[in-house]
Amino acid sequence: MSAPRSRVALVSFVVATIAVLAVFPKFAEPYYVTLVLPAFAYAIALLGFNLLFGTAGLLSFGHALFVAIGAYAAAVLTSKLGVRSFEAIVAIAGIVSVIAAIPVAMLAVRYVRIFFGILTLAFGMLFHSFLFKFYNLTGGDTGIRVLRPTLLGQDWKELDKTAFLIGPFYYACLVLALVLGLAMWRIVHSPFGLHLAAIRENSRKAEYLGVRVRTFRLIAFLISAFYGAIGGAILAVNTGQADPELAYWTHSGELVFMTVLGGFANFFGPLVGAFAFIFLKSELMGATQYWRFFLGATLAVIVIAFPRGLMGLASDAWKKATRR
Amino acid sequence: MSALIETVGVTKAYGDFVALDGVTLSVADGETVAIVGPNGAGKTTLVNVLTGLLKPNEGVVRFKGEDIAGIGPVKLAQRGMARAFQLVHIFPALTVAETIAVAVVSQAGRSLSLFGSLRRDAALWTKVRDVAAIFGLDTKLDAEARLLSQGEKKLLDIASAFALVPEVILLDEPTSGVSSGDKHGIMKTLVDAARRAGVKAIILVEHDMDLVAEYSTRIVALQGGKVLADRVPGEFFSDPELIASVIGKRVDKFAAREGAR
Repeated sequence: MSAPRSRVALVSFVVATIAVLAVFPKFAEPYYVTLVLPAFAYAIALLGFNLLFGTAGLLSFGHALFVAIGAYAAAVLTSKLGVRSFEAIVAIAGIVSVIAAIPVAMLAVRYVRIFFGILTLAFGMLFHSFLFKFYNLTGGDTGIRVLRPTLLGQDWKELDKTAFLIGPFYYACLVLALVLGLAMWRIVHSPFGLHLAAIRENSRKAEYLGVRVRTFRLIAFLISAFYGAIGGAILAVNTGQADPELAYWTHSGELVFMTVLGGFANFFGPLVGAFAFIFLKSELMGATQYWRFFLGATLAVIVIAFPRGLMGLASDAWKKATRR
Repeated sequence: MSALIETVGVTKAYGDFVALDGVTLSVADGETVAIVGPNGAGKTTLVNVLTGLLKPNEGVVRFKGEDIAGIGPVKLAQRGMARAFQLVHIFPALTVAETIAVAVVSQAGRSLSLFGSLRRDAALWTKVRDVAAIFGLDTKLDAEARLLSQGEKKLLDIASAFALVPEVILLDEPTSGVSSGDKHGIMKTLVDAARRAGVKAIILVEHDMDLVAEYSTRIVALQGGKVLADRVPGEFFSDPELIASVIGKRVDKFAAREGAR
């Protein structure tokens, strides 16, 4: 039940952002356009991650597991099974990830806080070593190549790799991000989303109000696995490779980083965090070999000074500006 | 009158310690039953058995004729019994309206509506406003629960339980943590709200004998896990020995209070 004025502002902000993203490839240098692709991928993955973290209050430290499943699904489908349709890849990656997530979720949702985090971390590490050791199946440390997919049946043979990625594939990802973003908006603002928030705030009280705490945590977990895999499929198509590093625990850490950077308490926080992280990392890597140091320092400053992240800063600024 | 809730020979032991020892009681439509007794008498265990949280070692516990031993809070809520805790339980970051909406959504069986819009559900918010109005919270609908006063938090906690439209509500020391001046006000609000919401029976765990005397229709006194007495207030309060054993010491203020009327 938000005030109408802030709603108008929100819709205008979203429409403006979509418009900028839609014309971005026409004006920006190709290098920056290629940076937007992983940002789309992470934005989608984090929409799911933050349903679990921001809405339901469960912090997963192993969420890269599902990103990796999506990437390997894209690799196996294109390289080994001859499935080239991007739409089919996205759907299958999501479904495979949900199936893989069922046993993980059934165990993990019995725990909360640090125990949930550690358990998800453990599953992520298990999957990483599986990818690493089962050479015949997974290609070991070199991984599996991801071949160029078709989009709505079109193979875009006339375009070279970069032109394909920053052209048709960019728009496919934009549309996908919009559809999945809208779906997540509905989920977060649905009766189900309200019950997830109740679970986050006080699971005991929620139970006595008839909220099925474990079942709902499980459903949220499966939805987040679905989103994670779709993000992973986009990442893999973008790099042309699925490798075990995608499942490594530092990658899970990056997902947490992006979410905190953008602000987990805000629906758009993780999306802003994904874009900010990708561009920040790229700029820092270009500027100094000590980029990890500066990235770490940034995170420390955010946590200490701006615990609500970039969106927290933005909403404070907005409130200040509209009060007058 | 048929029993809404009944226990027959309920025994609950933790190792060698027997918390409840053959407790038999029933609560019928229209009653407000107070459960009293000194600390350690088994009140909390009894409440946990009555609300299906604990399974008794022996005996049965029935709600509307069905066995509810150990069914857990979610099924309990679905079957029509709500519980409010001694300590205030709120959703700190949710607003008053959202808190009540959590219960309204469960009661309507709509919690699995993944893509339904909450905002556009006018019927939902009408119900939320109605419940909030009963508890005098309708001017604070958009306030976050954590920003309310202690008394308002207590009312919100109980309002959300009422929003389940329960047939029976179990109030575990509803006025604890509230200043003594507000106790009667809150109790009165609760009892009036129960009547308006169509609650059939109230089970009240309460230490304050003034409140017990004023609001209960029957008193069940526990001691050492057994039912010491099960009487109407008039009989209960005319037995000083009984009162003394229930509150752990002999106090004559009840006699004085009755005399003052």
